[in-house]
Amino acid sequence: MEENIEGKKPEPKPKKVDVGPRFVVSSSPHVHDGRTVAQIMRLVIIALAPAALFSIYIFGLDALRVIAISVVSAAVFELVSRKVMKRNVTLRDGSAALTGLLLAMNLPSTSPWWLIVVGNLFAIVIAKQLYGGLGYNPFNPALVGRVVLLISFPVNMTARWVTASRFGADAVTTATPLTRMKESLATLGHIDMAFGKKEILDLLIGNRAGCLGETSVILLALGGLFLIWKRVISWRIPVMFIGAVWAMTGVFHLIDPARYANPIFHVITGGLFIGAFFMATDYVTSPVTKNGMLIFGAGCGVITVLIRLWGAYPEGVSFAILLMNATTPLIDRYTRPKVFGAADSRKAAA
Amino acid sequence: MGNGRFFGGVHPIYNKGLADARAIVEMPLPEKFVVFFGQNLGAPSQPVVKKGDVIRKGQVIAEAGGFVSTPVHAPTSGTVDSIDVYPSPVGVDAPAAVIIPDGKDEWFEECDVERSSDGLSIDIIKEIIHDNGIVGMGGATFPTHVKLSPPADKKMDTLVINGAECEPYLTADHRLMVEHAEGILDGAALFAAVIGVKKVIVAIEKNKPDAIEIMRKAAAGREGFSVEALDVIYPQGAEKQLIYALTKRKVPAGGLPMDVGVLVQNVGTALAAYEAVRYNRPLIRRVVTVTGSGIREPKNVLARIGTRFEDLIDFCGGLESDAAKCINGGPMMGVAQYSLDAAVTKGTSGLVILRQEEIAQFVSDACVRCARCLDACPMRLNPSALSIFAEKMRFEDTKKYNVMDCIECGCCAYVCPSRRPMVHHFRRAKAEVRKLQRKAG
Repeated sequence: MEENIEGKKPEPKPKKVDVGPRFVVSSSPHVHDGRTVAQIMRLVIIALAPAALFSIYIFGLDALRVIAISVVSAAVFELVSRKVMKRNVTLRDGSAALTGLLLAMNLPSTSPWWLIVVGNLFAIVIAKQLYGGLGYNPFNPALVGRVVLLISFPVNMTARWVTASRFGADAVTTATPLTRMKESLATLGHIDMAFGKKEILDLLIGNRAGCLGETSVILLALGGLFLIWKRVISWRIPVMFIGAVWAMTGVFHLIDPARYANPIFHVITGGLFIGAFFMATDYVTSPVTKNGMLIFGAGCGVITVLIRLWGAYPEGVSFAILLMNATTPLIDRYTRPKVFGAADSRKAAA
Repeated sequence: MGNGRFFGGVHPIYNKGLADARAIVEMPLPEKFVVFFGQNLGAPSQPVVKKGDVIRKGQVIAEAGGFVSTPVHAPTSGTVDSIDVYPSPVGVDAPAAVIIPDGKDEWFEECDVERSSDGLSIDIIKEIIHDNGIVGMGGATFPTHVKLSPPADKKMDTLVINGAECEPYLTADHRLMVEHAEGILDGAALFAAVIGVKKVIVAIEKNKPDAIEIMRKAAAGREGFSVEALDVIYPQGAEKQLIYALTKRKVPAGGLPMDVGVLVQNVGTALAAYEAVRYNRPLIRRVVTVTGSGIREPKNVLARIGTRFEDLIDFCGGLESDAAKCINGGPMMGVAQYSLDAAVTKGTSGLVILRQEEIAQFVSDACVRCARCLDACPMRLNPSALSIFAEKMRFEDTKKYNVMDCIECGCCAYVCPSRRPMVHHFRRAKAEVRKLQRKAG
């Protein structure tokens, strides 16, 4: 405003009147612990990083390609939809990048670019922004993206696996352990697969076919423990989820080991670890109450096993979490914490 | 019995080191006082002075406006300059008397006269406490004589003297305990006699080891007295949480400490009650912690009631140039001031002045349902759901979700990563629920 264009004199500045100090006035509290949504998202991304890097190590540059396309397209969809809806741009909260990364972790390394983009379109635009953005989406965006792809493009999503190249047998089309289990059961009437120390070790390390983020159970578990240690997530959902899968498959394995695989196999295969630690624990779409988290986790586990043992799909983690997402408001309502000093304590006082 | 932890709570940055080693200093008389007539929770007091009246220190300038009310006294001798509306430290404009001191600081007759408290009947003690305008000095300003009058069907067995001082920054109670241990315990003994209990627990957070030691020494010879060192966690000093931590008793939702046989009194209140009974000294001064990075010389000031914040700040070296927020009380529950014309009341435990980078900005971003507030809420509410209901003006639902049990401690907002103005929502919801209840009733 200081420029003196076309001979106009600049307006004289109003004389500064001393009105005393000006204070910010707002409701208490006046301090904050400093935690932000962006920090939380960053911690989750950090927790996922080892498994993501490992997927690049074992699947090669193809994995990097999938992750890059996914994160970038998620961010672009977020930016565009916020702009179109004339809302503030929310890229900085990191939630779009995390959704992109999570979706990438749920895709095979052979995914063509358009598949990744379509997945993110559904994840960010349909499942998240059309509901109002972060905080308002009832379903886990990354899982909506994955399930849309799974149903619409089954060949791309389930039939083009490569076994991890670092462990030999490069680029051989193969089936995931869960698919092999299911197919042998359908054709032979019993499961036909070895499950010894070598197989367990392979599954733990990640020497198997699968989505990027399904493979390394150990690194996913480390990431999950990191999040629990940092108090980003509670232990309740992952422990109940994995525990329910273990217990339920264990019971059936005891009943008929020829038809039902070892519970340890069920726990360390498929997408259970990434699902239990990183997807089911999504804040927005899971319960906020402690008991609600326990119920939610157990429900995810039970539905996963139902689908794995008797459903049409070999894997049920994604469907299980999405179905439980739908029950989240109901669970929260029926597991309301009892207010301090509620009826029960009156007896104790008397 | 024991050092039980209550549910929830947070660990804010306490910053008590700014003032906790500084001895209480008495502030000289300022040029004028602004004494508010409404100084207690409950019915406002009724003014009995008018413009031009010449008054003396300790003279009643406003009488109790009912049973749940107390008189207000002149902080010094002088003239009533005017009676006008001033910005009160709780955020509303309220009637107050402006008093110009005459500099003599002369007591009104009968005030400041030593007497023995032995042989005084319970009713007389309560009357003295009422007449001297004693209210809860922890901040709530509930009339003390009312708290000392539980209905006959409540069996009281424990008196808790609250020296937790869990609010960050504040050190007024800490200094009182260090410097006036005997007086506090004498006041506690009075309270115990009035409600007929033998057991007195002085509760202090562990971050005040010197106060614990001194109070333990002072309490050693007194039968039934004990000093408990409590974990440092906010809001340890909230009545219901404090009682639970000390006795494992849960005050019923919507109930009062007397429902579990406990009376809680702040250390400052105990001292004020002792001085009222022993010396007939009305409550006309209190310790105010003036602190924070926005003030040049943090101090624990013994200030008269009615001392304007501006004078108080001048006495403490003035503001730093980037002082951005002035809080009556602590940073968790205190009230932000918009004018330094506001003045010390009986509930002013501190004046905390913060700089821009220290103050939290709360916005209305969407709740991401992280559930941190459920972990932090010491009343075991669901602040997440409550804030969403309040935002949508679904006040019936906030009532169903027990918003009326909210103690406004601020833990939920303190941990909210979306920086939602939780307490603000709940205050509004509570007001709306009360409105609904009035309509229904």
